Amino acid sequence: MNKTFTIISREYTTRVRKKSFLIMCIIGPLLFAGMMIVPTYMAQMEDTEMKIIAVADSSHLFYGAFPETEYLKFEYLPNADLNKYKNEFHNSRYYALLFISHVVVSSPNAVHMYSNKSPGLGVRMHIANTIEKKLESDKLKTFGITQETLNAVKTNITVRSVKLSESGDEKESNFTLAMIVGYVVGFLIYFTLFFSGTQVMRGVIEEKSNRIIEVIISSVKPFQLLMGKILGVGMVALTQFAIWIVLTIGISAIVSPMFMPDVENLNETVRIQDFMDTGSSIATQQVDTDLINRELTGMLLSLHNIDFAVIILSFIFFFLGGYFLYGSLFAAVGSAVDGDTDTQQFMLPVTLPLIFAIFVMINTVQNPESALTYWCSIIPFTSPIVMMARIPFGVPYSQIFLSAMLLIITFIIFTWLASKVYRTGILMYGKKPSWKEMYKWIKYKN
Amino acid sequence: MNIFSIENVTKTYSGHTALNNVSIDIPESKVFGLLGPNGAGKTTLIRIINQITAPDSGTVLFKGQPLKATDVERIGYLPEERGLYKKMKVGEQAIYLAQLKGLTKSDATKRLKYWFNKFEIMPWWHRKVEELSKGMQQKVQFIVTILHEPELLIFDEPFSGFDPINANMLKNEILELKNKGATVIFSTHNMTSVEEVCDNIALINNSEKILEGSVTDVRNRYKGHIYECKYTGSFQYVLESLSGFEIVEHSEHEANNYIKVSLPESINSNSLIEKIIKNGELISFNEFVPNMNEIFIKAVTGENK
Repeated sequence: MNKTFTIISREYTTRVRKKSFLIMCIIGPLLFAGMMIVPTYMAQMEDTEMKIIAVADSSHLFYGAFPETEYLKFEYLPNADLNKYKNEFHNSRYYALLFISHVVVSSPNAVHMYSNKSPGLGVRMHIANTIEKKLESDKLKTFGITQETLNAVKTNITVRSVKLSESGDEKESNFTLAMIVGYVVGFLIYFTLFFSGTQVMRGVIEEKSNRIIEVIISSVKPFQLLMGKILGVGMVALTQFAIWIVLTIGISAIVSPMFMPDVENLNETVRIQDFMDTGSSIATQQVDTDLINRELTGMLLSLHNIDFAVIILSFIFFFLGGYFLYGSLFAAVGSAVDGDTDTQQFMLPVTLPLIFAIFVMINTVQNPESALTYWCSIIPFTSPIVMMARIPFGVPYSQIFLSAMLLIITFIIFTWLASKVYRTGILMYGKKPSWKEMYKWIKYKN
Repeated sequence: MNIFSIENVTKTYSGHTALNNVSIDIPESKVFGLLGPNGAGKTTLIRIINQITAPDSGTVLFKGQPLKATDVERIGYLPEERGLYKKMKVGEQAIYLAQLKGLTKSDATKRLKYWFNKFEIMPWWHRKVEELSKGMQQKVQFIVTILHEPELLIFDEPFSGFDPINANMLKNEILELKNKGATVIFSTHNMTSVEEVCDNIALINNSEKILEGSVTDVRNRYKGHIYECKYTGSFQYVLESLSGFEIVEHSEHEANNYIKVSLPESINSNSLIEKIIKNGELISFNEFVPNMNEIFIKAVTGENK
């Protein structure tokens, strides 16, 4: 036992001291924090270049109709020859020349924008929306419908889903949030299983190919070495998680106030963001903003209802369970081959369930109650990934327990089988073994 | 007293018999040569002693007791195919390997410093293994093998990769260990070093033990009444006078003729001398005792016929 500990500590310290570990530690949270901060920051980043657009309107419908922003201005040209404006464009201070033909009411191709740059999507959407809205309201007027009537007709609906638990508690659940959490956790577990599993495999191949293996197993049992390696690498992954969580929270806490909107000026930000995205007019923006506000508040509310203790505990459990299962299989693969290049043939059956699980997981976050999801969250080879993606949506404890039990039984069986292959494989050099031979290794007494 | 007794050990790997009913006794505080052609089963035997594999049948006794898991700490093993973690620092790695043999960290460090100084590799303590030359890596491996002061040492081709100076130093270290009471199992194809170092040998061929005993005994067993002599005088006359004997080899030099004669058991070597001195002057005369290399070849090819 003491020697297993010595092995664990070597596997752990050599990896933790590597530069790549340090880099991953720093890059990880930057990536996570970045994923949260960058979109908001980008949305806030205004296009600060002053753009003046010349409007040549031969339909005479749009004089003064375009709403201006701080950096986007419109100048309405007296109706004259378009060709003349075009010729003069290069010497003018205009960002673009907007030409609206008199057939604008009936033809979708009646609006042209001339520019020596390519105007951004925001600008184009802003113009298109304005023209559409203006024509729409003009047409409504001819039918005798006022803007007030129209607003009164519109109804906004948000579906707030409330989960009824068996005890009768009502919990507000937010699908989008559960989806995001499920997706992130599922992916994190997939990525880490793959990464750590490969690390174990590489470690085994290294020991085998540089021939230190025989010296070591004359001191310790192969099973001790295998366990020491799997546990050591697993602890590296857990350490990485811990560092990521602390750093992500830290970075977000420091950086967020600088970039993230406060609740008070949420309106402002959303409007800008909205403007950039759709360029819709101010009037409808207000409505959208309220809607988004409600949505956000709902999310924040249900954030409290997601049981993070359950998520973190089951994450650690399902990661470890899945990791023992796959780690020992990866180790068996590593022991059977002489070098990295030979691994392909044996890797496929090991990685296939993992890849299958990630596809199911993507389905799960959209449809957490499907039969496929249910079975894949119970079956041990896919359960670490799929169950983790399901948990944020709320899973009965009995199912988590069943899945956990099956995972424990499976990893014990497979670690035992893998250790048998490992024990023989590490001493075999030269010929790449066949599946039949590996099966024989399992049956060897000693 | 035997430190290690292997009795009727058989080991098969999926259809291939690696060891077939092999019994070997390894006497204490001696250097024991484990010989045999490639693939004869030496490595399997060594792995059984190291508990890397277990025999299918037969008993293995360490100092009269059945082998148990903790015995690995009383054994040191330097495999033929040996390696180190390339990316790890030399000192750190040596401590790690010593810890796996049951030494404490401080004990290991203290002993390592002694040996590193003795082998003049102390400046490499903090360097990575991949920066070391092959010979230096071999030194590190040798030190690690003997560091926990095992009662039984197993060296599989220990001299490969060493220059003659270092090989000689290593040989002296092995003999020194023997003098301190350790038993050494020495597996090699270099028969000259077997004669220099080993007290006893066992020869394994085709999974079976075909020869065992002390080096002197084995060589005497193979000597077969053959005599070599050098003389001056008429080469032709001497040859003619020996016409009744089986002449194994002869060569003519001006003042140094050579002849190697196999005598029947019934004839005394004196009668051979008498015949030679009649026709020439005897310079040297000795009984021919085959060296281990010749015995190895004779035993193995004779067996395979």
